[in-house]
Amino acid sequence: MAQAVAASAHDAHDPHATNTGVSNFKLGFWVFLASECLFFGTLISTYMVYKGSALEGPYPAELFDIIKTTISTTVLLFSSLAMVLALHYVHEARKNLAILWLFAVIAMGGTFLVMEYFSYIKYIGYGLTIGSSTFGSSYFVLTGTHKAHVAVGMIWMAILAWRLHKGKIPPSKSDQVEVAGLYWHFVDIIWIVIFTLVYLIP
Amino acid sequence: MSTATIEQAHAGHGAHTEPTGLWSWITTVDHKRIAIMYFLAATFFFFVGGVEALLIRIQLWNPEQAIFSAELYNQLFTMHGTTMVFLVAMPMAVAFFNYVVPLQIGARDVAFPRLNALSFWIFLFGGIYINLGWFIGAAPHASWVGYATLTSTAYSPGLNTDFWFIGLSIIGIASIAGGVNFITTIVNMRAPGMKMMRMPLFTWMTFVTSFLLITAIPVIAVALIFLGFDRTFGTVFFDPSMGGDPVLWQHLFWIFGHPEVYILILPSFGVISDIIPTFSKKPLFGYPIVVYAGILIGFIGWGVWSHHMFTTGLGPIADSFFVAATMIIAIPTGVKIFNWIATMWGGTIRFTTAMLFCIGLLAVFTVGGLSGIMHAAAPITLQQHDSYFVVAHFHYVIVGGAMMGLWAGLYYWFPKVTGRLLNETLGKWHFWTTMVGFNLTFFPMHFSGLYGMPRRIYTYSADLNVDLFNQLATIGAFIFGISALIMVWNLWHSARKGDTAGANPWEAATLEWSIPSPPHHYNFPELPVIRSREPLWNDGEREEVLAVTMLEPETEPVMPVPSYWPILLALSITVAWGLVMTGIWWVIVLGILPVFFCTLMWAFEPAFPEGH
Repeated sequence: MAQAVAASAHDAHDPHATNTGVSNFKLGFWVFLASECLFFGTLISTYMVYKGSALEGPYPAELFDIIKTTISTTVLLFSSLAMVLALHYVHEARKNLAILWLFAVIAMGGTFLVMEYFSYIKYIGYGLTIGSSTFGSSYFVLTGTHKAHVAVGMIWMAILAWRLHKGKIPPSKSDQVEVAGLYWHFVDIIWIVIFTLVYLIP
Repeated sequence: MSTATIEQAHAGHGAHTEPTGLWSWITTVDHKRIAIMYFLAATFFFFVGGVEALLIRIQLWNPEQAIFSAELYNQLFTMHGTTMVFLVAMPMAVAFFNYVVPLQIGARDVAFPRLNALSFWIFLFGGIYINLGWFIGAAPHASWVGYATLTSTAYSPGLNTDFWFIGLSIIGIASIAGGVNFITTIVNMRAPGMKMMRMPLFTWMTFVTSFLLITAIPVIAVALIFLGFDRTFGTVFFDPSMGGDPVLWQHLFWIFGHPEVYILILPSFGVISDIIPTFSKKPLFGYPIVVYAGILIGFIGWGVWSHHMFTTGLGPIADSFFVAATMIIAIPTGVKIFNWIATMWGGTIRFTTAMLFCIGLLAVFTVGGLSGIMHAAAPITLQQHDSYFVVAHFHYVIVGGAMMGLWAGLYYWFPKVTGRLLNETLGKWHFWTTMVGFNLTFFPMHFSGLYGMPRRIYTYSADLNVDLFNQLATIGAFIFGISALIMVWNLWHSARKGDTAGANPWEAATLEWSIPSPPHHYNFPELPVIRSREPLWNDGEREEVLAVTMLEPETEPVMPVPSYWPILLALSITVAWGLVMTGIWWVIVLGILPVFFCTLMWAFEPAFPEGH
């Protein structure tokens, strides 16, 4: 399909033709993700700068449960596979399977959020709050921002599933799902970085 | 200006004539109309910021005066800086991006016309939001750099700083959306044959600036979020008593703040790189070098931020690195200046007002560049930091560089926008009063700074012996103010009664001059094929291009439909972000719902008419 778009790129009559063959929507979204890298980069850097600067506990080593976080991370990462399959079935015009895999994405994202929610409750129980120390502030704002991104992604997937159900996303409009996929994979990759830097490094 | 655009827009083609009236401007997604609105809003804020500057200068006329209280003075200089950077220089440049870039690359609009409208409305509402503090006597007062801990609830208990960080973070959304839009437009929407290395320099510099926008703005966004959370939800990011580090704010602010300097100056470099060749009748000297120098400035601009922080005490190794990086960035800037001079060398120069502003920029920007290189040396900065010497320096680069370039662009592209030329006599008055007023205001500040006068203090001691310099500066500021009035009178007068311009009044070389002035709302009836950097200067190519661009088509090209969702979404984002800072969870949820609703309506509204 990319070749077909490229071939018509210089057709003056097609308002949607582009120089690169990549649609404006997709290219623009890649650029937006570049911007998001700096956004999360700043949050992560702040966490790293403040690592070990908390004047009073609880400290990270007392709280983090690597096993539980590994499970929730695994669930989140597998949701990317579901996302790929959803897009695949959109391309193949098998909309029910596509909807099924989108629901799988939502379910796995939801599982991640619920597990993380219970970790938050646990940490708060130990006395770590958003204002208790620099560790608390930078940890909750960083991971909270990531969770907000996951939640927005789940809403987006739900809307796509609904539009697929209504038959409004034929294979020719698969960009809509592909761009949502870019977003979802990006949110997963950011979590890999957070998981490594926040949880795995002692 | 606007009326002319509407009336002449394709009269005679009943089927698709551009709509007129206020509603058509509110719902417009046309990049040309959005550009005009950006320009008018920025000019309005220019007068707001200008009046603030004049009040500052009145207060500093004599030593130990107290016309304004110290608190009010803090608000005046804070809002002067914030306004001039975020509400004047940036949107003024964006006005030019919007009007000129699609025309220069041969596109009918930007990549995301509705997102473009959203950017404008968010900028406007954010700008108004920051200024709301004036009406309750609580305008921002912690300077435009908002250093922690001056902005903490302990030292800024009122609403002043809340207006500042909420307004600025709203405007940031507009900047990121604008950057995404222009990168996509320039990469994806060039006319056939318009290779990257054939693009006019203004488009190139827009491209580089857009990358700086999408990378620098998120950093200040996060810093503002930290500040907002500290003030509202009790986080301790910048609270030293809890282990927070105020220096972190300085780093985050300047990691944004230094690329921001190049966000301000690069558009003007682009403008004059297009104007100087036109009025020298010569192609730009060393086109690829000017392009690469611009890209290099963009890259190195990311590695010099700590030269704003030499007095913070980062240690000799960090200081040495930033000294070296700062001196290196002067090289590509110097290269550009020599390229512009070499372009004029041996050319047939026409001293139009636009050209005068370009030459004026070369002169005064170089002065600012030289004092900048002085600051690059950390030991010298230790002496000059926070003195009026620094004030002189950055006004020389921002006013003498960024604003001069934008005024050059105003005289150059005004005929394209309105179909009428700006009056040259008034233009020359504007230029010379600007030059005299500007230099008289800021040159004496070099001296008052070296004599030890600190910036951001509401008065100064008579023992400093800087009365004369301050009085010269105040006189200069008022002359500078008069120059701005001349400019506005010229705009008003010439938009209605100026000489008719025709498609290419300057005999320029680039694509925007191949279409009628003002352009049709669809810009190009058919897309021209480009074969060189100066299509209108090459015999053969010129005729081919004009044969296409001057066509009166049977059926007009399909254009995006107007939409009121951009203004509604912008409004709901402004309100929602304002409500987040109440810290009450149900108010926050209530505020986000309209954003969610408007986003959905926006997403499901077709961008093009049915069937396309």
